[in-house]
Amino acid sequence: MFNFSKNTFKHGVHPPEHKDDTCTMKIKQFPFAPVMIIPMAQHLGAPSQVVVKEGQEVSRGQLIAKANGYMSVPIHAPVSGVIKKIGLVHTLSGNRCEGIYLEAFPFSGQEVPAGHGVDWRTSNQDEILAGVQQAGIVGLGGAAFPTHVKLKVPDGKKCEVLMLNGIECEPYLTTDHRVMLEQSSDIFMGIRYLLRSTQAERVIIGIEANKLDAAEHLQNNIPEGLPVEVKVVPVKYPQGAEKMLIKSVLDREVPSGGLPIDVGVVVVNIATCAEIGRLLPYGHGIQERVVTITGPGVKKKGNYLIPIGTPLRFALEEVGVADNISEVYMGGPMMGMSVSNLDISITKGTSGIVVFTEGETKKQGKPMACIKCGACVQACPMSLNPSRMGILAKHEAYQEMLDQEHIMDCFECGSCAYVCPSNIPLVQYFRQSKSSIRKQKLKANAH
Amino acid sequence: MLTKTLRITTSPHLKKGMDTPTIMRHVVYALLPVAIFSVFVFGSCAFWVLATTVLSCLITEFLINQIAGNHNSLTDSSAIITGLLLGLTLPPIFPLWMAAVGGFIAIALGKMAFGGLGNNVFNPALVARAVLQAAFPVAITTWYPAMQADRFQSLPSSLFTTPFFQPVFDGVSGATPLSAFKFDQVVASANDLAFGFVSGSLGETSAFLILVGGIYLWYRGIINWRVPVGIIATVFLLSGALYLIDATTFAPPQFMVLSGGLMLGAVFMATDMVGSPMTNKGMWIYAVFIGLMVVVIRSWGGLPEGVMYAILLANAISPHIDRMVKDRVYGT
Repeated sequence: MFNFSKNTFKHGVHPPEHKDDTCTMKIKQFPFAPVMIIPMAQHLGAPSQVVVKEGQEVSRGQLIAKANGYMSVPIHAPVSGVIKKIGLVHTLSGNRCEGIYLEAFPFSGQEVPAGHGVDWRTSNQDEILAGVQQAGIVGLGGAAFPTHVKLKVPDGKKCEVLMLNGIECEPYLTTDHRVMLEQSSDIFMGIRYLLRSTQAERVIIGIEANKLDAAEHLQNNIPEGLPVEVKVVPVKYPQGAEKMLIKSVLDREVPSGGLPIDVGVVVVNIATCAEIGRLLPYGHGIQERVVTITGPGVKKKGNYLIPIGTPLRFALEEVGVADNISEVYMGGPMMGMSVSNLDISITKGTSGIVVFTEGETKKQGKPMACIKCGACVQACPMSLNPSRMGILAKHEAYQEMLDQEHIMDCFECGSCAYVCPSNIPLVQYFRQSKSSIRKQKLKANAH
Repeated sequence: MLTKTLRITTSPHLKKGMDTPTIMRHVVYALLPVAIFSVFVFGSCAFWVLATTVLSCLITEFLINQIAGNHNSLTDSSAIITGLLLGLTLPPIFPLWMAAVGGFIAIALGKMAFGGLGNNVFNPALVARAVLQAAFPVAITTWYPAMQADRFQSLPSSLFTTPFFQPVFDGVSGATPLSAFKFDQVVASANDLAFGFVSGSLGETSAFLILVGGIYLWYRGIINWRVPVGIIATVFLLSGALYLIDATTFAPPQFMVLSGGLMLGAVFMATDMVGSPMTNKGMWIYAVFIGLMVVVIRSWGGLPEGVMYAILLANAISPHIDRMVKDRVYGT
């Protein structure tokens, strides 16, 4: 009934999916933590700027931090309560940033008053983009890139296709799957806003073949007159990467160093689209998001609507974890980060929490010599040569990595390290190399 | 209250099952039937040759690790593969001390001198075999007939030649099919060749069992099918063309494919990950190159056999193939 596409991108891997545990579980509201910890650096770009004072009472949905420039978004109170403290908070990266400790009022109604809505029928592009920014929306897929920046079609470029990313190729995660099943009206409302702001002619929703129920549901509910196509693509990691999705669905290649708009496409994560459709009509800000909490170490696995700022420790205690947990990841196990400190919070970019137990985590063996098996070369979706880049990275031959091996095209999907039989931490090498190259570039520009 | 200390690892946090020692172990499994069959065909002497090369490789690797202060690398099983492969390229009555020297050369010169597993340019077993061919030309071309009646009861005395003395061979040497053809234009039957009841190196015998091992390794995702298929197809087509031109000077294609070390080389040596290219395109070039060299050396060279040199040469150009033949990077 929908458009099956046999096309797919080159290479890639097939990690075990582990989605069955949670893909049938309806999104459930998560309780409020007694104290929310809200970091200002929740998105790419400049951290938000606090606009409240210690001791101030705030109501749910109220602006507590404003956008700090164009590459930034505001933050809204996830719960009615009192600002207990403004100070440094831990973040996932291990650094600390400014944050707000918000103590919840236990008996508040937690209703969110409506603000200035944006009407999709009457508003123009700029008004919609401003509305998206004011709602504090960032990409909910994990990268947390400010959505209004992404939606801005540069002068002289044209958006032909609006691509909604419902791929969710990370193992274990099922948030987008549930959002597609449960929030289709929000998604279609979001599409109206996105169509208007990007001026795209058509909309394609890309979904992996392991979520046929979601594809079917969306296909059946496309509103009259909305130019939406649902396209199902074969299951392969990392299909959810923008460049891979565009290749699979449209058979177009985003040029190296370029953006999807260079081939006439704007890609938006499907949950982000749903959020736009839900918030913009009422002028609300984003206060919660769907998070899959799963993994062998979790007792009550599921998809939860969790207030942003909920401390990870509270979330894990609430769902219950096994005694022998050993690793906790924010995001999926392929690209997510392992957590060292449970006093960080769930932010706008948290798509999942995966908990592994001692039994599950294979002891990451010691790195051995590269035997040039080529498995990484056959896995890299960008057709890079991770083996060679790994050797160059060890010798800090960054210039060669840049000139000959296209290191900057690596988006750290982890396919190479996933298949490497010698346990070489390739992605780690590339992350460091890329950051060194960026630093060198900055230095060169400064002189 | 959660107080557990969490382990920090770098993404990806999942790992595909097979690690390097496991890969090596599977190669050993795939080689065992070939080795066991060679013992069946040639008798106890084959066992002693294989045991000597394997032990010599293991001891050499152990000693070099000790001297250089490296961690113990014996557990990765790669030294066993080298020992087995080297043993399989030798004649069944090869003097054991020479086999031991071969094992030492394979590991010391072919592998550890380059920096150990993964850093060697050439297939270590073939490096050793090349040195042995140069050093002991008589011993390495003295053959022994297959399926001797007393092969399990008695051991040929040349096996136990005192080191550094010229061996006196038992006088039961038999020509290999390739030398029989090269020097006397006698073609062995394809059936005998395929199932291995012919004179030759230990591992030159059963094309069938080598193929079974190869299919096992392909099924496990350890070898790239393009290499053996490319080599065999090239040899078959090229020698077939030559045979059509002149059937009196050139051997028939099925004979070229099934005789000598071609099958062993194509399935177990050319596919060695370290010495072969990384891209599929590169694999084809590498395989066709080996096939061409085999036919050229066998047809026009002074030796009956050419697989060893063909693979060593291909090992040498493999890094260059990788540099010149790259997959096109997405978006470029």
